[in-house]
Amino acid sequence: MRYIDDTVVKKRMTKRITFNKVWKSLFFLATTFALVMLAILLYRIVTQGVGYLNIDFLTNFASRFADKAGIKAALIGSLWLMGVVAPVSIVLGVGTAIYLEEYAKKNRLNDFIRMNISNLAGVPSIVFGLLGLTIFVRMMELGKSILAAGLTMSLLILPVIIVAAQEAIRAVPNEQREASYGMGATKWQTILRVVLPAAIPGILTGSILALSRAIGETAPLVVIGIPVILQFLPNDLLSQFTALPMQIYDWAKRPQEAFQYVAAAGILVLMIVLLMMNSIAIFIRNKFQKRY
Amino acid sequence: MKKWKYLTMTAVMGSALMLGACSGDNSTQNNNNAETNSGQEAADEKLQGSVAGDGSSTVAPIIEAVVEEYAGAQPDVKVSVGVSGTGGGFEKFIAGETDFSNASRFIKTEEKEKLDQAGIAYTELALAYDGLSVVVNPENDWAKDLTIEQLKKIWTEDGTEKKWSDIDPSWPAEKIVFYSPGTDSGTYDYFDEVVLDGADLVSAATLSEDDNMLVQGISGDKYAIGFFGFAYYLENKDKLNIVKVNGIEPTHDTIEKGEYTPLSRPLFTYVKNSAMKDNAAAYDFVKFTLENAGDMAEAVGYVRLPEEKYAEGLKTLEGLK
Repeated sequence: MRYIDDTVVKKRMTKRITFNKVWKSLFFLATTFALVMLAILLYRIVTQGVGYLNIDFLTNFASRFADKAGIKAALIGSLWLMGVVAPVSIVLGVGTAIYLEEYAKKNRLNDFIRMNISNLAGVPSIVFGLLGLTIFVRMMELGKSILAAGLTMSLLILPVIIVAAQEAIRAVPNEQREASYGMGATKWQTILRVVLPAAIPGILTGSILALSRAIGETAPLVVIGIPVILQFLPNDLLSQFTALPMQIYDWAKRPQEAFQYVAAAGILVLMIVLLMMNSIAIFIRNKFQKRY
Repeated sequence: MKKWKYLTMTAVMGSALMLGACSGDNSTQNNNNAETNSGQEAADEKLQGSVAGDGSSTVAPIIEAVVEEYAGAQPDVKVSVGVSGTGGGFEKFIAGETDFSNASRFIKTEEKEKLDQAGIAYTELALAYDGLSVVVNPENDWAKDLTIEQLKKIWTEDGTEKKWSDIDPSWPAEKIVFYSPGTDSGTYDYFDEVVLDGADLVSAATLSEDDNMLVQGISGDKYAIGFFGFAYYLENKDKLNIVKVNGIEPTHDTIEKGEYTPLSRPLFTYVKNSAMKDNAAAYDFVKFTLENAGDMAEAVGYVRLPEEKYAEGLKTLEGLK
């Protein structure tokens, strides 16, 4: 006596296998969709922009002639901006993360702070722009300077850095801290010599990814009113400046078709900077993360 | 154990070096503007200082060209100009953040009042003409010549869904698709004031601060209509059809002679009187702008004013010093 009817099973099986295949291909399509879009985007930008990408493009100021237009002011301006954003956001972010993970007691106030930092990460960048305009540009009278824009950008990426640093600090095994205390070390010595060295790859990776976001962000700069037409380089933190995304947006709005290609070349420069930053992040992760 | 210290040190040193290298570049900035048409300016005394402006994206190409030339004449004057739109520019002008504000329309009463409250005295200087161009899709073979009344009927919000046949029964019974510059632009305000007498613009319109988006939209839809500055039409002639307004087509000539009314409009810069008086660099830059605005306007697709208008502007400016 057989309990299983083969024909019914077979009938059911083919149906189930096809069903499975359909879903598999659907999900595969979803994956390729994003990839194809990326490929089209890259192809378009590279074919349009590569003709304008040369040494002159990097060393000239903006110009009304497309073939003489350069990205020098914006590129240097963006580097200056990062020079403010990186120290401010990393020091504040890592400091907050150390406090929350190592010092803060588990009570309602600290839970409230933690929850709000996560919420802050989801606030649209334009809101930070308005905040920066009100506080840094107008109240503190920093003007449309590198410092004002840099502090605004730091606020924008601070939550991301805090969360990344918290994760990295939390990942350090507790046994290590206990071993350190057992040897007579104070809390600060433990943090400085045990926790931070172990957490630094995670912290730096997260920070550099956050900085990559800051360098491509346009909305806060538009709200602050960063100028785009200028023919000089900044020489201190209170100088006027322009940044890569602002310059690219300005070119893309021009009526002359040639400026669309100049904008594409600008996008290429921005992407190269981004790729360099991301590869530094990957390098740090690979070099320092194999400790346990 | 010391590895991370070494690492952070390297990062700090690296960024310090990078910043140092950046400011080192400063001295080379003069070499890039070999082509300048202002030999007489170069002989003048070298000025120092900074000048800040903001405002209309329509005026921006002219100002960019002027700034580029000015960097050749006065390399130590730092001119920076933002492109926040006419309205956005005035907002910063009122906040006292800029020395001049570019505008593609006249200053509004409420902006005047706010400037009075802030105690900022200003002077209006005309830079060039622009012909606000009404355009349709190249396949549109009916709307070739519209009167202002028709334009008003097309663009005013009246709560109904508009069809081309509503304007003229012989035209197709298809929905009109609207494209207009964004509300922060002077172009929008000018059109609203001159054509619609301040009435609401159709809410179905697609608004964009980027005029290239409008060009794309109109060239992709047979039943579309839109308007923007003359320079954008010139650059996209092959993708668009120009509409005559009251029988006059906007061309260089009709705009210059003042025949293309009322859509031919002056482009301005509003200067802060106190800045002209106290800041020699700002005064010199605005003077340079007036002297070169005509040529630069022509170079970027606008129309120069009659010579006497610039002379008049220079005289007014002289009075502010």
